This record gives sequence, structure tokens and C-alpha cells, in this order.
Amino acid sequence: MTDCNHCTGLSRSRLLHRAAAEAGRGLPLIEPGMPLPAGTGMSRRSFVAQGLGAMLAVYGASRLGLSAFEEGLAAAATGPAQPILVSVFLEGGADAMSVLSPQGDPLYRKFRQTLGLTGGAPLAEDNRLYWHPATTGLTQLYSERKVTVMPAIGYTNADQSHFTSRHYWEVGDTSANLRTGWLGRYLDVVGTPDNPLQGLSLDYSLAPALATAKLPVASIDGPDQYDFWSPNVWGEVETRMLNAIGSLGRANPDPAFNTAAGVTAQVDRLRIQLLPFQSSDDKPGFTSPVTYPKSDDPFPRRLAGLAAMLAAGLPLRAVALSAPGEYDTHSNQAGELAQGLQLTSDSLLTFQRDLEARGLADRVLVHVWSEFGRRAQENGDAGTDHGAAGVGFLIGTRAKGQMVGEFPGLKSGLDEDGNVSATADFRSVYASLLEQWLGVDASRVIPNAAKFQRPALVK
Amino acid sequence: MPQVAAYRGKFGAAEAERLLWRAGFGPRKGEAEKLAKLGLSDAVHALTNPGGEHFVGHAPTDEKGRPLAPYDAWGHDHVWWLDRMVRTSRPLVERMTLVWHDWFATSNSGVDSQRLMLNQNQLFRSHGLGSFHTLLLDVTKDPAMLLWLNGSDNSRQSPNENYAREMMELFTLGAGRGYTETDVRQQARALTGFRNDWKSGTGPTNFRYDPRNHDPGTKTIFKHSGTYTWKDSVRLAVSHPDHPSFFVNKLWSYFVAGTPDAATAHALQQLYVSSGHQVRPVVAAILKHPALYEGGRLTKSPAVYTAGLLRRIGRGIDTTAWTWLDNMAGQQLFYPPNVAGWDDTRWLDTATWRGRWWIAQYVLRPYALDPGKAVQPFDAAKLVDGALAFWRNPSLTQSTRSALLSFAQNALSDARSASWKRKQYAVMTQNALRQLIAVSPDFQTA
Repeated sequence: MTDCNHCTGLSRSRLLHRAAAEAGRGLPLIEPGMPLPAGTGMSRRSFVAQGLGAMLAVYGASRLGLSAFEEGLAAAATGPAQPILVSVFLEGGADAMSVLSPQGDPLYRKFRQTLGLTGGAPLAEDNRLYWHPATTGLTQLYSERKVTVMPAIGYTNADQSHFTSRHYWEVGDTSANLRTGWLGRYLDVVGTPDNPLQGLSLDYSLAPALATAKLPVASIDGPDQYDFWSPNVWGEVETRMLNAIGSLGRANPDPAFNTAAGVTAQVDRLRIQLLPFQSSDDKPGFTSPVTYPKSDDPFPRRLAGLAAMLAAGLPLRAVALSAPGEYDTHSNQAGELAQGLQLTSDSLLTFQRDLEARGLADRVLVHVWSEFGRRAQENGDAGTDHGAAGVGFLIGTRAKGQMVGEFPGLKSGLDEDGNVSATADFRSVYASLLEQWLGVDASRVIPNAAKFQRPALVK
Repeated sequence: MPQVAAYRGKFGAAEAERLLWRAGFGPRKGEAEKLAKLGLSDAVHALTNPGGEHFVGHAPTDEKGRPLAPYDAWGHDHVWWLDRMVRTSRPLVERMTLVWHDWFATSNSGVDSQRLMLNQNQLFRSHGLGSFHTLLLDVTKDPAMLLWLNGSDNSRQSPNENYAREMMELFTLGAGRGYTETDVRQQARALTGFRNDWKSGTGPTNFRYDPRNHDPGTKTIFKHSGTYTWKDSVRLAVSHPDHPSFFVNKLWSYFVAGTPDAATAHALQQLYVSSGHQVRPVVAAILKHPALYEGGRLTKSPAVYTAGLLRRIGRGIDTTAWTWLDNMAGQQLFYPPNVAGWDDTRWLDTATWRGRWWIAQYVLRPYALDPGKAVQPFDAAKLVDGALAFWRNPSLTQSTRSALLSFAQNALSDARSASWKRKQYAVMTQNALRQLIAVSPDFQTA
């Protein structure tokens, strides 16, 4: 890579990375937490505490409240292993008719004269459908019976606005006014007031699905990217300064002020939780037992960090990420879609292998979703416009691998707008996930939960 | 016509400071006091009728002292605009430009031309307080928008409904308010006719309206029928009965916490319609409304926060770092997250808060005192006073003040009797206090 800021080929994330790395120069050297050394017999709990202890030694900070922190970690690491749900969002409305193309439907080529796909592996459960040629990773996992396919997931009277439809999916209801996310409400039921990591967005900002009414949740770019410092402040004074962050977060009657204070208090807790993962000049914050796809997009790096956090016993419950790629393909669909799907699918396969290598696979389910699918008829601009039912997946060793809903066919399965109708409701998937995987009565989280079926999602 | 309520309470420096945050990017040294002397009515008049533009302080540069290249160099677009926010004599004009950038949220991630983005930015700047109808006409044919929402892909032969839908949903009416899916498709037909060429090396070029690309047939929009064109499409949206309420509520949300009460909303809508869809009188009325002064605080957006810190201490643009720093905090200008713009209710979370910490530490860099050389009093209260003076004596909540004081006391106590520590810890504590003030909830909101 050249040092040219002006080259058009240089991506934003790459520049940001370089700038951040540059900004990090001159940081006081701190001992990072190390990945769990295989075969040492060291428990996760002692590993995390050791990493922290090494760092505290540098800061000389016995006053950090280590014992309370250690207790929290110990409780999280020795308590019953919590099931973890990872939500992966394909933003923009991914074209379900390309992700699982109905090449066996006699009308497919008529609707998709230029965008019609050939090749890809057929889907064992429905021989009309074929995996997109770029989703080799998902195809592989499906052949291992680790993928539940939802070929036409959505809701009736689909809203074709990105924002409205995404909002419905995020809040778990077709209500414009609900302000908490469905995973946020789940966390409000099972979570604790001192653990921001229970709901974690691996992103530059918080996923709305994780918005809680009362309990803290967190957003980080990656576990090894949560450092704070200030020029010409070091040693004991720096430790005091960082510990003072929490004291700025006291409640206030003004709602905006109070929100800012609440986030400040969460930052304080999260910073301490992630201390063992901070990288230094010579050591990464964590390592992985598998090799993730190389990309400018943060998705594979974030999945790698997620697996490392789970391996270290950090108390995560619900995690949200955005998949790489452009899915709002009004034009030039073919190339853009293939590129995004390839990286997403390859990364998810690697993540699954990572979890398997670390012995964590039975604790994690990954839910892939998009706010809608796209119109059956391509738009004459080598693209497709907003549609109704979309495609979704549930991935993991515990995923039942039994299709939810079905592809309704292009002859009778389109609505009056020419969009594929949903054959399964996203809220019934949420309800099943809550009850079969997360162990919570769905009626405590999803409005009118009793109305929705409970497809078998977990084995 | 119903009158919009106006604030009648005290208009001192504190109220003037809040007005400067809402209508601009916070005060420079002495600015709030100066504005307070005018009284509310004249202060708002001065902001909404600012006269010719001039700039305070030195021209912007990158970190090596070179002039910015906003059309060409990555990130220079962001700092070029940030410089205007910091140095302009017309803060409300820049603030309205930011409002329209969020309202008609166009991202260079889809346009891929800083020149076209800056041309659109100039459109917002020059028309931002005039007629909304004219603004929407200009936005509809703006090349950056034509690329962003496929306006120039939308032709008689292959209609593309992207712009038609967002124009109603996000720009004029609101989701599901007063239009149907049929209206979306019919509007898309009316909006056909724009096109552009592609030239290798320069990209999209020669944006124009070509009647041959326009669908001349009859369209039925909002139950009216006619051989409508793009101008009719805009006119029908702006004259739709559900538009004034959408316009007023959305505009209000940029300046005042919460929603306007029914009487206020009604009076503002009347004002908007009777003025012929003029923006300036509605903004002026909102800036004088009691809710702005008596209501809750608003969270500053990252660009506003950054510009505000720089204005407060009189630092100009001497680095392009603000681009990636504001991105970390969740707002890189010219790259809104999507066509709905930034979510003003969700600026702060643990990731974006960290971005703000980094912004503050970059603002402080040139002023960081050297613990080996500088001298600071070994006295917690005096150190807090000194740090507040550095930030031009902002008013802080009691709880923040006491948190600062206990931090300073604890930090000094660590020095015990070691004389080198007593000297250096006082200096480092001063540096740290400045940082903590800048990230306090008091500074994140106004």
C-alpha cells in the first residue's frame, strides 16, 4: 500500500485504520491480554485475571477495584454458559431471488432476463432453489446440516421503505413507535445492570435491535480497539483520569444529559472489561486458531474478535453486526451482490470453524437477515427495486437445519406489487429463538407473541 | 393567523449561548455576551439575516501547512466544511447547510465525486433559508442527488422508483403519510427524463433533462391526473396537505428537544404555508420559541461538537485528522449512513463516545503542558479553575464539578512527598482535567 491519501482506490476504512494506528503511537507500553495458551491447563478465568494483573502492574493501580472486577469476571466465567445469538444484517434489502435463485421455477428466466443466475449448488430441501455461486461457505455449512434456510421470510403487507421495514425487524413488531429493540427487550429480562457486554454491537455505533429500556449495552469496533489516553498524562495520573470517567456519569433530570451520563458510565465499565484485549506495538490483543478472509471490510476482523471474546469467557449474550456488501442493488446488481455475498459467506464459514476449534460451537447461533427482498421483475437497469419477502438463515451446530417457510413460486406466490409473498413471519422466528435457544418466554419480548407459530429452530 | 409563542424570559449570556449552539456551533470567546446585549429578537434577526460572509482567523491547512484540496483529496471535503463552521460570520447559514445535508442525505459513498458533493453543499448554503419548493426543485435535478437516488437512471424505458419514494417518504411527507405504492410508481414516471453521460477518467458528466427520456403519458398522483413532469412531481409533493406538518416537525427536531405542542405546530404550519413555503420565517420563529430556552438539552452531533471545541479555544483547521475522528464519533460529513440521514436520537454509545474522547484529545494536543517544564499549582481547586479558564469558563453541573475536584485531589495525593512527582503530577492533572471537561455530559449536550 502506498502512502498516498489522494488515491481513489484507497478505502475509507483502510485510511481510518492507518490514521488510528498513527494516533496510537507514543502510547505507554501496556501488557495486553494474551490468547489462552493451549495445553497450559490455565482456566479462562485465571487467564483473564492474569492479563489484567499484568496491566495493572504497569499502571501500579491496586485502586482499580480489581477484586470487584475479578468477582464479576469469575461469576461470568464460572456461571452456566449462556447461549449466544449473533445477528448479522444484510443492509439494503438483499435479493432473495439471487441468494437462493429459483432456477427450477419456469418463470424465473422471464422475470430475470439479464440477472438470471446459472450454476450454484441445488438446495437439498427444494430442488427449484440454487445457492448463489458466491455463497460457497454457506453451501458447505448447509451440507454439514448447520444451516436453517428461510427462503421467503417477512410479514404480510410488507412495507417497502428500507427504514420502516428495517425498524420492524429491529424492534420485533410492525409498530412505528416502539423504541426498544427485540434483543434489547430480551436483555432487559435476563441481563444485569453492570454488564454492558451482554448486548454488543460490533460496529461504529449501536444496532437498534439491541436498544434496551434500562440495562447497559455496548458498541465497539473490536475488542482490541478500546483504548483511551490523553497527551502528556501518564502513570498514576492517567490511571486516575481513566477511573474518573465513571464519576462523570451520574444521573441527571435532563433526558439528553442523562443519556450522555449513562453512556459515560457504560464506557467506564466496558473499558475495564476489555482491558485484557488491548493490543500493544508488539503484541496483538488476541489471536485466532483459523485464518479469516483478508479484507478492508471490518466484518471478518470483528468475527475473529468476537470468537476471542467468547473464548475468554466474557459475558456476552446478544451480538449484532452488519454484513459487508451493498444490497440495495437498484442497478449493476450482479457484480456488487456477488462480492458482498462472497465475503459474508466466507467470513461466516471461518467464524464457524473458529468456534468449532475453540470448542464453543454449541453455544452460538448466527441469525442472518435483511429488511426485505427485491421485486421479482428486474428493473431494466440491471438491478431490482424494493420487494417484500426476503431471505434469512440460522447457522450453527445447534441449528435444526429444517427449512422455515417455503419458496412460494413465481406463478402464484407474488403479491399485487409483483413481490414474493412471505411464507414465514420474522416474529415467529424471533419467538422460537427466544423460547428454544435463549430460554425466555417470547410473550415477555415480542408483542402479541401468541399469534405467531413456533417453527423448530434448535436441535 | 395564529401566532407562534415567543420566549419572554431572561436573555442573558447563558440563553445566548444556547441559541448559538442551536443556531450554530457554539460561542467563540465573548460571543454569547455580545449576542445577549442585542436581546432575543435582534439576536435571532442577526442570525437569520447575517449579511455578507467573512471568516475569522487563518485559512485552513492540512497537517503540513498546505492548503486543502477539498475536491480531490480524501477527507479534505470534511475539514473544508468544518473550517467554515469554525470561522464563518454566518453560523446559521452553515447550520442550515448541515440540516439540509441531513434532510436530503446524500452520501459520497454512492456519488463518488467530492466535486459533485461540494456543489450540492453549495446549493444548500445558498438556498438554505429561502423557499423549500425551490430548494426541492434544485435538489431533484442536482447531479449528486441524481446519482445517489438513481434519478438519472429513471427513464421512460426503464423506470426506477428510488428517488420518487424517498422524495415523499423522507423529504416531503413522511413514511406512510398521504401516499400509496401506486403514487410511488406514478411519481417515478413523472420524474423521468434526467440523464447523464459517462466519460472515462472523469466519470459522470453532462447532466441534463432530455425530453426523449421522459414518459409523456398521463399519470395519476394523489388522485390527480395529468401529463406530469418532474416539476409537477415536486409541486404536488410540496402542496400536499400532509407536507406542512412533516416539514415543521422535522425542522423543529433540529433545534428543540421533543416535539412541538399542537398549537405551536399549527401556528408554524400556517406561517410556513402563508409565507409561500419560506424557510427563514419558520426557523426564526423556532429560534424564538420558549421551548428552545426552557426545554431540555440536545446532544451535539460530532461535527458540531468538534467545531464547537475549536471555536471555544480559537483554534483553526490545521490538520485533516478531524475527518477520521468525526467518523469514529459517527459523523463524517458527506457520508451520512443512509438516505434517512443521521439518527439524532442515537449519537452516543460506547463506540461513538470513544470517538469524542479522541476528538477532545486531538483538540488538546497543541496545548498539552509538558510535565518536565510547565508549572501548575499543587492545589486541586486551583487546577480545576485553571482547566475551566482554558475552556473559557463554561458553566458545569455541580456533579461534574465535584467529580473533577475529587479526581484532582486523588491525583495529587498520589504524589505524596516526592518533589518531582508533586511538580509533574500537578501539570498532568491540569492536562487531564481539560480532557475530562471536554468529554463530560455537560460538553456533549447543550
